[in-house]
Amino acid sequence: MSLAAHIPVLPIALPALAAPFALLALRRRRRTLALWLGFGSGLALLLTALALMARVSDGTILAYALGDWPAPFGIVLVVDRLAAMMLVLTASLALIALLHAVATRSDRKGWHFHPLFQFQLMGLNGAFLTGDLFNLFVFFEVLLIASYGLMLHGQGPARLKAGMQYVVVNLVGSSVFLIALGMLYALTGTLNMADMGLRVAAVPQADQGILRIAGLLLVSVFALKAAVAPLHLWLPRTYAVSTPAVAALFAIMTKVGVYAIIRVVPQVFGDGAGAAAWVPAPWLFPAALVSAVVGFAGVFAARSLSEQAAYAVIGSTGTLLIAVAGWTPESLGAALYYLAHSTLAGAALFLVADAAARRRGPFGDTASPGPAFAGRGIAAMLFMAAAIAATGLPPLSGFIGKLLILKSAAALPDWGWAWGVILGTTFIGVIGLARAGSAVFWKTVEGDVLAARARPADFAAPALALALLAGLSAGAGWASAYAGAAAAQVLDPARSAAVVLAEATP
Amino acid sequence: MSASALPAPLRQRGRAVSYEFLLASAIGVLVAGGIFLALRARTFQVVLGLTLFSYAVNLFLFASGRLVLGRPPIWDKTITEYADPLPQALVLTAIVITFGMTAFVVILALRGFLETGSDHVDGDIVPCDTHDGPTTDGKVTRL
Repeated sequence: MSLAAHIPVLPIALPALAAPFALLALRRRRRTLALWLGFGSGLALLLTALALMARVSDGTILAYALGDWPAPFGIVLVVDRLAAMMLVLTASLALIALLHAVATRSDRKGWHFHPLFQFQLMGLNGAFLTGDLFNLFVFFEVLLIASYGLMLHGQGPARLKAGMQYVVVNLVGSSVFLIALGMLYALTGTLNMADMGLRVAAVPQADQGILRIAGLLLVSVFALKAAVAPLHLWLPRTYAVSTPAVAALFAIMTKVGVYAIIRVVPQVFGDGAGAAAWVPAPWLFPAALVSAVVGFAGVFAARSLSEQAAYAVIGSTGTLLIAVAGWTPESLGAALYYLAHSTLAGAALFLVADAAARRRGPFGDTASPGPAFAGRGIAAMLFMAAAIAATGLPPLSGFIGKLLILKSAAALPDWGWAWGVILGTTFIGVIGLARAGSAVFWKTVEGDVLAARARPADFAAPALALALLAGLSAGAGWASAYAGAAAAQVLDPARSAAVVLAEATP
Repeated sequence: MSASALPAPLRQRGRAVSYEFLLASAIGVLVAGGIFLALRARTFQVVLGLTLFSYAVNLFLFASGRLVLGRPPIWDKTITEYADPLPQALVLTAIVITFGMTAFVVILALRGFLETGSDHVDGDIVPCDTHDGPTTDGKVTRL
């Protein structure tokens, strides 16, 4: 077996190796070494992800049997277009977040930033790659445990308070996840997603009720991770108080929940599920509408830029799920394009808010006028670009994403609700961000000009995120075609099941 | 499961308390207690609630492989019926994760209490009354 056959496991193995070495380096007080380990691992992840993307972009599905155990019995990693896309997105976002942490020196507030960051990446990549439901739970736990540590990075009472709630909510979520898994295993006798999709139809009539409950519980857990209303209440406080570089990385954590919904619902509760087909689907659309409204209303009402960014994450997840809930190849393709965009846009908002807060001294990122500060022009331009991206105005990719979503939603029966909510929330979001932006960057109160304590390097990471968004807009034709192909692949689980179950050895 | 297949303590006056009933009711009681405690306002009670809830989840997972008595989970030449080994492995994983998380949440709660001076889950300073019920000034307080 050639080495190239082992590429699918690298996105998990690389950070798993980098983390303990970074820890050892930090134990010997060698921050620079740990930092380069972090960047090296991030770059290697990006290259691996791009290599995987190149391999699967023709429609190939790679199945990698861990330990060479054949598929329904052992754990498989599955790389298809969607998984490869999420890997590329994670690696890009990780490099941006790491760059910001290093440029602002916020990685120096504690000793364990770099190892935790790597474990977080390991959990994220594992969740995107695995083809086994229990393994998905394990990787969720890996990424959550790392996120608890990262969220508390820097400490202070505000983080401890929010951290307690975040941890408790997620522990309850994990327990419910296990209950759903127990039910599904008892009914189908397998935990492999592809295998389960084939066996769900054979569940006897008497057990259909339990099967439905299991499906709904599973999707509620994913919705909790994705912060879909009414399960979003944990998010704003947690994200707003996290270290901004960490909050930027967390922009993809809610997307893990969305990814799990996109992966599990068509495969296990898809057309082949017999009586339980599409059980969670009717609940998803109303919840998505409410999330979009709650999120952008929060953007309108928030009192600080980071809180605004946190609500923008909820709003974008809502918009995304409106498109997902259609479950047609067109709408899902539009959703996947918007997913990549909204992750980067949410991260950019957090990073710009931090760059501004570092220059405003005691005013921080509160959305109220303060004295003029050095570097206001650049910060204002970056904020405007990030706000344009987050709300979906032209010329950045949010506009294209929302346009694709609206176009695909027009073919759905509930298109009126989708159009009304997406256009209305965009309007509210624009007003909210414009108001906060003008208060922070435009109006000034009397007072001495605040001297520049912060370094211009603070602007590097947000500028990089925005450059990627510009790239996503310029390459929209290719990107949306890829997203559409990925959606079609996800909605055809029979093919992926055939590959996963037939290909016992990689 | 027939009554004669059960061990002696479970056979009472001819009527069997089935294992299924015992396990299901135990899970139910643990879940009820766990949710009640997890919804309370003080971190210690919340942690206890989470612990009870996770016990219930572990029992539930264990039962998902069906309840089989006196059968080995691993292969043996002379045996034709087995207990499902997979849920046992799953429970082991779940126990390890829950144990680690409980330890973490206890430390986090303690740290939060020491730094903010409050053990309220919202971090509010709420006077703590150790008596649950009516106090001397006639007001009912609940922890």
